[in-house]
Amino acid sequence: MGARNSSGLVAYINARLLDPATGLDAKGSLLTNGENIADVGPGLFQGGVPSGIEVVDCHGHCLAPGLVDMRVQLREPGEEHKETLKSAGEAAVAGGVTSMVCLPNTTPVIDEVATVEFVARRARKIGLAKVYPYAAATKHLEGKELSEMGMLAEAGALAFTDGTLAIRNAQVMRRALGYAATFGLLIMQHPEEPSLAENGMMNEGELASRLGLAGIPAAAEVIMLERDMRLVDLTGGRYHAAHVSTAEGIEIIRKAKAKGLSVTCDTAPPYFALNELAVGDYRTFAKLSPPLRSEADRLAVVAALKDGTIDSVASDHAPQDQDSKRVPYAAAEFGGVGLETLLAVTLELAQNGHMGLLDALRLITCAPAAILGLDAGRLKVGAPADLVLFDPDRGWKVEAKKFRSKSKNSPFDDRPVQGVVLRTVVDGRAVYVNDV
Amino acid sequence: MTDARYPHRHLLGIQGLGPTEITMLLDLAEGYVEQNRSNDKRKNLLRGRTVINLFFENSTRTRTSFELAGKRLGADVINMQSAGSSVQKGETLIDTAMTLNAMHLDVLVVRHPDSGAVKLLSEKVNCAVINGGDGSHEHPTQALLDALTIRRRKGKLSGLTVAICGDVLHSRVARSNIYLLNAMGASVRLIGPRTLLPSAVDRMGVEVFHDMRKGLDEVDVIMMLRIQNERMRGNFIPSIREYFHFFGLDYEKLSRAKPDAVIMHPGPMNRGVEIDSDVADDVERSLIRSQVEMGVAVRMACLDMLTRHLPNTDGVA
Repeated sequence: MGARNSSGLVAYINARLLDPATGLDAKGSLLTNGENIADVGPGLFQGGVPSGIEVVDCHGHCLAPGLVDMRVQLREPGEEHKETLKSAGEAAVAGGVTSMVCLPNTTPVIDEVATVEFVARRARKIGLAKVYPYAAATKHLEGKELSEMGMLAEAGALAFTDGTLAIRNAQVMRRALGYAATFGLLIMQHPEEPSLAENGMMNEGELASRLGLAGIPAAAEVIMLERDMRLVDLTGGRYHAAHVSTAEGIEIIRKAKAKGLSVTCDTAPPYFALNELAVGDYRTFAKLSPPLRSEADRLAVVAALKDGTIDSVASDHAPQDQDSKRVPYAAAEFGGVGLETLLAVTLELAQNGHMGLLDALRLITCAPAAILGLDAGRLKVGAPADLVLFDPDRGWKVEAKKFRSKSKNSPFDDRPVQGVVLRTVVDGRAVYVNDV
Repeated sequence: MTDARYPHRHLLGIQGLGPTEITMLLDLAEGYVEQNRSNDKRKNLLRGRTVINLFFENSTRTRTSFELAGKRLGADVINMQSAGSSVQKGETLIDTAMTLNAMHLDVLVVRHPDSGAVKLLSEKVNCAVINGGDGSHEHPTQALLDALTIRRRKGKLSGLTVAICGDVLHSRVARSNIYLLNAMGASVRLIGPRTLLPSAVDRMGVEVFHDMRKGLDEVDVIMMLRIQNERMRGNFIPSIREYFHFFGLDYEKLSRAKPDAVIMHPGPMNRGVEIDSDVADDVERSLIRSQVEMGVAVRMACLDMLTRHLPNTDGVA
């Protein structure tokens, strides 16, 4: 792996070009000039590459826009023993992720212009995947007072959320949506009624009852989404539901979209690739928020990804160290790492025949970029040269201990998957090269 | 002597008044402006009349203005503040009305924190009532003094574009001004964050803007509203600095308005919150001091007009 000169021209030849935004799926080449895509298409370099241009032979592998991971937790500043901007950046590029959007639940919380600028500056200096922050919707994530959304957005915050905490007070949510709408800004909600989720550890149902673990009912998600849709209707605000996990929750989003409300949502790989059975014998790595749901819910998530009700997929990367996970299930923290499995597990949607390869890629490239208004996720002339080269067919087994992420808490450990990242390019620079 | 051009016993709000009534009050006030500037400010028009200023909310400016207006017309003016009064001791509004009736007063000026409270009182007393501001409902004399200020500077109200900026949600000044300006043929824009604009406000005959620069484009008059401290702490807006950044009037934002656009504020101002000090003090643009002067004249006109309808006409000069 080596940083290349970003001022020169690089030709990626013999590629299978995949651009979900335009539907392009063809053999061809792509040229980068410095930080940008200079040309792309099936006909490019058919007469050979002129001298003076650096050549990367893709050997027929897939060349796609770098992945846009719209929700990760980075732990820096504040919990650098779990993850740093650098370790997360390394994990990201190893997973083909070139842009990641981080939650504000750091210490200090990202609710000040200075913290937004700190994260952006640190990430730029590290030079791996690009990092864009969400800022807190309420000061200190306390769910009481609105943050300075206008100024935070000017400083670079992409949208506003209280991260892993729901904005629980309906009046505060109403004002947050209304205030954000003043500037056309987006509110992202963790859709879970806290009073129903309190002390809960896994999906409420037969398995939780047998295991003797307190449950979090699907109704916790349903009630919050139902309430929020009414507030979106009232305020005319823009709303994004994070990691939708239940069949009924999806139905609410579907209806809201049909009604014309400005609503989008995403889910994370665990909710279409796993169900509550993964908790099995008290596996704390499967303790996620929201909890892994029933098989019927999982099937509903897959169906909603197919029909477009769910707009995008985020890794929900949530690093937790051994001290947070190697404890009794009840005492364990929520969350799993996901940057390095995002591509392979999302590709399962195509491999299992639910959708085409382009549609699966859309969920992790141009779709999240469009929701957040990011200039990313497309193979477009003039766009930033953020690319991933991958072999969609090659199989591997997830071995969390080999992750670049500082934390190894993957719910997909030991899972056989397909899809290997061969090269990741950020602003025209190769930031990850897998020659194996 | 009664005046058919103002066929009302009270002045409870601008809503319901037509251009004729408004114009008549403004014309009458115009005369009092001249009188107030002369050395002989007293007139005995209201000699023997009793005016009570009944204020259930703290006020300096409005109460003083009404007091001065009453005295300059020769009335006996008494101020009643709710603090320390029987009202604070738990007397109901209706009981207060009964008490006042027994005192045989002629005009009652009322300010009350609850919308609709002045109207309730007006239904129970025998005298004429002027609304000195009720809750977030109306403040008719403020709208009249604003109109007089604009008319004297611009020569007209009709055809002007007026932007009202800030906390419209809680503002009685804004509501009265919207009614008055619409009645007089001006076009009204409201500018503020969504959290400070009432719902369905676009049904009140206004254009709504959330971007102040766009909202101020080519306007003739800018009315800034006071923002209350308790609303700045994250409930309706995140902070003072954010509010000033996006909705505070400074020269940069002002440059979007017409070159001869004027600036108004009902006072008291929060300098550096809704308005930059330099802008507020700009003698070319700011009409804020003129508003105070017009306030006394307008209130004299209102007292004059309402006492014309009173049954006992003794004391009229």
